[in-house]
Amino acid sequence: MLGAQTAALGPHSTGQHTVTSLAVANPGSLIQSVDWVAIAPPLIAAAAAVAVLVTDLFLPERHKKWLGRLTAAGLALALIALLPLTGKSPRATFCVQNVAGGTGNGGCSYVADHFALVFQLLALGGALIAALLSTHTVDNEKLPRGEYWFLLLSSATGAALLPASRDLATMVVALEVASLPAFALVALRRDGRGAEAALKFFVSSVTATAVMLLGIGFVYAASGSLHLGAVAQGLEHAPAQLKPLAEAGAVLTLVGFAFKVAAVPFHFWVPDTYTGAPLPVAGYLSVVGKAAGLSGLALATTIAFRPYAHTWGLVLAVLAAVTMTVGNAGALRQRFDTRYSAVRLLAWSSVGQAGYLLVPLAAAGYAPTGADPLGATAAYALIYGVVNLGAFGVVAAVCRRAGASVDDFRGLFARRRWTALALAFFLLCLAGLPPGVIGLFGKVVVFRAAVDAGLGWLAVVMAANVVVALYYYLLWTARLFAPVAEGAASGEAVGDAGGERRLPVGLTATLGLTASAAVVLSVAPQLVLQVTSGSLF
Amino acid sequence: MNAVLIALLGVPLLGAALTLAPVFGPDRAAADRRALRLNTVVTGAVLLLAVALAAGFDHDAPARMQATTDVSWIPALHVRLHLGVDGVSLPLIVLTALLTFLCALYSEKRLPAGDDVPSAQAFVGLFLLLEVGMLATFAVLDLLLFFLSFEIVLIPMYFLIARWGSGAKAPAANRFILYTLLGSAVMLLGFLLIGSKAGTFDMQALAAAHGSGLSHTTQVIAALAILVGLAVKAPAWPLHSWLPDAHTAAPTVGSVLLAGVLLKMGTYGLVRVLLPIVPDGTATFAPYLGAFAAVGIVYGSLACLALARPGAKGDLKRLIAYSSVGHMGFVLLGIASLTPVGVNGALFANIAHGLITGLLFFVVGALKDRYGTADLDTLSGATGAALYGRAPRIGVLLAFAAVASLGLPGLAGFWGELLAMLGAFDPAAGLSRPAFVTYMALAGLGTLLTAAYLLIVVKRVCMGDPEQPAPVRELADLRPYEAVSWTPLAALTLLAGLWPALLLGLSDPAVKHLLGGG
Repeated sequence: MLGAQTAALGPHSTGQHTVTSLAVANPGSLIQSVDWVAIAPPLIAAAAAVAVLVTDLFLPERHKKWLGRLTAAGLALALIALLPLTGKSPRATFCVQNVAGGTGNGGCSYVADHFALVFQLLALGGALIAALLSTHTVDNEKLPRGEYWFLLLSSATGAALLPASRDLATMVVALEVASLPAFALVALRRDGRGAEAALKFFVSSVTATAVMLLGIGFVYAASGSLHLGAVAQGLEHAPAQLKPLAEAGAVLTLVGFAFKVAAVPFHFWVPDTYTGAPLPVAGYLSVVGKAAGLSGLALATTIAFRPYAHTWGLVLAVLAAVTMTVGNAGALRQRFDTRYSAVRLLAWSSVGQAGYLLVPLAAAGYAPTGADPLGATAAYALIYGVVNLGAFGVVAAVCRRAGASVDDFRGLFARRRWTALALAFFLLCLAGLPPGVIGLFGKVVVFRAAVDAGLGWLAVVMAANVVVALYYYLLWTARLFAPVAEGAASGEAVGDAGGERRLPVGLTATLGLTASAAVVLSVAPQLVLQVTSGSLF
Repeated sequence: MNAVLIALLGVPLLGAALTLAPVFGPDRAAADRRALRLNTVVTGAVLLLAVALAAGFDHDAPARMQATTDVSWIPALHVRLHLGVDGVSLPLIVLTALLTFLCALYSEKRLPAGDDVPSAQAFVGLFLLLEVGMLATFAVLDLLLFFLSFEIVLIPMYFLIARWGSGAKAPAANRFILYTLLGSAVMLLGFLLIGSKAGTFDMQALAAAHGSGLSHTTQVIAALAILVGLAVKAPAWPLHSWLPDAHTAAPTVGSVLLAGVLLKMGTYGLVRVLLPIVPDGTATFAPYLGAFAAVGIVYGSLACLALARPGAKGDLKRLIAYSSVGHMGFVLLGIASLTPVGVNGALFANIAHGLITGLLFFVVGALKDRYGTADLDTLSGATGAALYGRAPRIGVLLAFAAVASLGLPGLAGFWGELLAMLGAFDPAAGLSRPAFVTYMALAGLGTLLTAAYLLIVVKRVCMGDPEQPAPVRELADLRPYEAVSWTPLAALTLLAGLWPALLLGLSDPAVKHLLGGG
């Protein structure tokens, strides 16, 4: 396939190869040497997925607890595999020569540069935390173990592959590898809600994928390449009659990624899917699913569709403004006393946060070099990932049964001091107010990206949104410390007194990990904000 | 590196962290007592550090940044832990440390208690965090750190109002935090614009550049954003509407710190950030700021007059809150004149307002404790509350604070407002003199109205027939802990009134330096 692709490049390639003969000059170049170290992180996750699936067949029922531990170990190993890649020059593999724009890593399908590493850290780390969170849920809700862990690992593999892929075909494959297991994960809960949520998620997601494939087809037709760097060159030099095709293709491609990010108007599936899914899966979708879509969107826009920067810059800016406004308005309208309101609130808040995440991407359309503002998105996504998973962890810890309302959190401080403090800290980080210092600086870098790019109006819209968002985060935080109303002791509180007082190990680990990460980052924000200094590519 | 200034911020932060540790014992009452004692000890230590800082301050060179620390914190954002004090910030730091210590002392005896009030440990944790934010605002020399400190105070003050307050406390607290956050978010945008164009967030470097390197458009936009943010905090009319509600609902110590310190963060920011860093932009908006200030002075005193009328059901705390709007109007007017005289007057009025209004809120808070209400009509009954007869010491302190507040010569309130009006009489070159003279005339009218409502309050609360039926039969006079926590404020009010050079000598060189003249 790659050979054919190289051949197809011929007509548009700019420089020395005016005629590309179908006979390959140097046959040895087709036999690729694969850089196994570079692809280790997604590979380990994939291997762990297969291992879990196979082990499940041979493991007696009473030992199936080990599958969860195997999953966590696999993800931890994949995270460790990121370490050797942090050197100065990015490693690349699956390269073909003779690709237009093939300077450096332009012709490679897999590049482990800083951008890829940051998003792989987010995807694999988020999956690890979600896995820790799941150990309890899998036991409690009697989910099929082997399938659950296999699907989680598969999806994480896709999410880790996506940010490193540098051609549109690999990106689609990675996006689907991340999404398809997620549908099944959502459906694993055996009640009506789970099926409905999965169906909604599935139908809308598959539609988005179909639209995106059509778009990629158009782009390929117009530019003659699938490699992102070559697409940019091809689009720049595309014949005039192909321009409309190329532009339509670019828009349709972005739609698919916008859906994964849950940008308005592709957000409507979020609240229903989150409430129907098992809680850890909802947390996973809100962080890792979003990270996958975001990295794809960033790659497609800033590299492949560079020639249209001003167009998509404006589109993304409008999309960001609308997304954060709709998300926050939805959260504001959410009642606190209905069932599932805690998860619904987090779902709407995640839509609003997606709006903030899009702001630096929009700024990248206006920035001269194009790559600098992406660091703000990466930093914000990492921060958001930690605190949002932490918040989901607390919701899971407080409401062992599904369907908690925000009002169930009333007086949590009196019952469980540290859990309440952790949730308060996470919520204030999401709101961006001290003592959640890291949340504040996350917002600052996003604001800075907008101001630097001259998007003053977007910064003002975001400032207003931050204030609106504070209102509901604060109302929830205040609930934690409110006195418990007499006679309103919820079933949760009763079950709490009678049932197990101690948190399960998985939940304790999740909360400990996320809370300590958030505190450490608040003291030393440089740890995460260093990704904003300089280009990620 | 300067250990004193770092310790000034570190000690209360450690104290706040300590309240989370399980070191107070299982018994709730004993734990509460220990926590409150910890509060007093920590704030006392901070006060000692602040006094040490003032003693070690080189009074011959108040324009120079002293006790500086400058280490890198977040290189990615170019944020440096840059701390330092000069003649402008030193008095505010000492005032903050003093007021927090007095509040801690007062709350050791007088913390609102009840079933739905959280434990004293929570109070102490929030209170110390609040102190960190307040002190940091006056000590940092980096724009992003300034913004961070500005935000640190929000959550503690929100909970102080929402959980230890009275009346419609939750809406008041929400309004306070949303209003201020909106202001500071807009202010952040101004800071980021400056940082983006000038390439640094360091206040000293930016002040030294004095606007060079920033285009006029940039300066105007940045000045507008920062001005709006700080005007909400100050608060300047018409952005003041969060203040009366917050004060009415807040507990006594919350009111004291809100009026005494938090409002000053806004005006301090104007002097520290706006004047030296974006001088052209400030000059563009100075006439408008002056106009809003003059309207605020008259508006505040008219609102107070309306509240002080018999039958108006005016709340005393609300009345003092509105009087703060008027007093902060003088501060803003002095700053808007852009002259050394006016800015010195503004800084003096800042400190004076902190002392006097702190005292007023203490006294009124004590009245509210005793009567169960601060409603002026209920207090005064038919003839007046007759504090002179029934609780003479409290009555005298209230009358003292009231006349200090109306600007009686010889007390602290006089100098600041006089200098601010003098500054407006002869504003900086380039500002419209007729406009500023008009503002000065309006401010003069405001002083008359201020005198009117304060004297009405004194008449209705302090005078009257002691024998008339009163809501409370036995009225306790000044208690020892009240005397201890209030006397320093009264003494300093007198001292600052009689010896204004103490403060003006510190601020004048620093102000000239900030305005670019020295």
